Amino acid sequence: MAHEETVYDALANAHDDAGHWAFGTGFDDPLAGVDTTVPDGVTPADLGEYCLMLGDDALVLCQRLTQWATNAPELEEEVALANLALDLLGQARLLLARAGSVGALGRSREQATASIPDEDALAYFRDADEFRHVALVEAPNGDFAQTVVRLLVAAAWRLALFTRLRDSRDPVLAAIAAKGVAELTYARDHAARWLVRLGDGTAESQRRARAGVDAVWPLLAELFTATDVERRLTETGVAVDPGELRGEVRDVLTQVLERATLPVPAWPDDAPPRGRTGDHGPELAPLLAELQGLAREHPAATW
Amino acid sequence: MLTLADLGVLRDVRTEDGIVVVEITPTYTGCPAMGVMRADLLRALHAAGYADVDVRTVLSPPWSTDWISDDGRRKLAQAGIAPPGPVPARAAGPVPLRLGPAVRDVPCPLCGSPDTEELSAFGATACKDLRRCRRCREPFEHVKEI
Repeated sequence: MAHEETVYDALANAHDDAGHWAFGTGFDDPLAGVDTTVPDGVTPADLGEYCLMLGDDALVLCQRLTQWATNAPELEEEVALANLALDLLGQARLLLARAGSVGALGRSREQATASIPDEDALAYFRDADEFRHVALVEAPNGDFAQTVVRLLVAAAWRLALFTRLRDSRDPVLAAIAAKGVAELTYARDHAARWLVRLGDGTAESQRRARAGVDAVWPLLAELFTATDVERRLTETGVAVDPGELRGEVRDVLTQVLERATLPVPAWPDDAPPRGRTGDHGPELAPLLAELQGLAREHPAATW
Repeated sequence: MLTLADLGVLRDVRTEDGIVVVEITPTYTGCPAMGVMRADLLRALHAAGYADVDVRTVLSPPWSTDWISDDGRRKLAQAGIAPPGPVPARAAGPVPLRLGPAVRDVPCPLCGSPDTEELSAFGATACKDLRRCRRCREPFEHVKEI
């Protein structure tokens, strides 16, 4: 016990200054010791924008999954969703830190106090139009079946991306992707097993699973269209063209829906990127209010 | 005592110009225990008389449960936590979909019975799942192979 107390005392005193920034982890530069040099021929602004895209996808989906805390159908599922949300938060933290390291701070740096780390400034002090996530992760949870379908689609898509991104010319992105593959496999397969249970379950669970698929499917449209930034970064070997992911994602989703005895809806036509350009729906404002409200209300709070 | 070295989290300790440089790697990207580990390392090194200590995070290559030492595995089992088996080799290309429960050979750390089942793929921390022994009926945690 004495040892434990010492550990936590040491943690509380890990900073030389009086306290911790209250809403971030505050203890560590997540990229300390990582070579953050921008590869030759890559525009830092493009790299920063791309890291915001991937970081915001993780952050916003994390926030949605977290909304199941105290609401999940069973305790084990609550723990599972919280675990998956935590993985995404870890990915978001590293990606936003990478974005900050190449200067992609936008207005957030002016609004956040100087002691707040870059990744926290980006998470808590950007406005809705500065977020770069896709509509898929922002859509409200709906019921549990719809949450499962969204998680399946998002994780299958992100896993297909991360397996390829392990070969990125940006060593930081490559390291984040290599680390995330195992986490995303857990997320994808967990959602897949749930969808099979629901689809191949009772009449009511099948009805809800079908409704969930119908609600989520249109959001596939923008997932496979590259922005100009992604196109340029793909040419320099840093990013992956999302169009390349279509086949793998379609195979996985078809496999799961068939096992779940659910009809496979027609694949939607590709749509131009919207979320990636900062064009978001009305659901984002309340989500950000929940995520950012406390940090903005007490911008220099420490504990 | 199970140490960070046993877990394979401690990657390197060296001196650079009189500063002790310690490298640690997170088990999972969002592992919230990194701060405690860092603070504990600083405390231990300061207590041993090293004033200048730099604890760095290493992301690549990603941590694998294969790095947990034999000693570490023994200590985990002694603490009632089933140690991970070897990480299965993965072929290149898309990660195959797993639609059934994980088929693993995980003996009960409490009674030794091989007859155990998965309760949930997610336990109290990101690195563990939850299992139950069919013989002694006790639930236990198991470190997931990654």
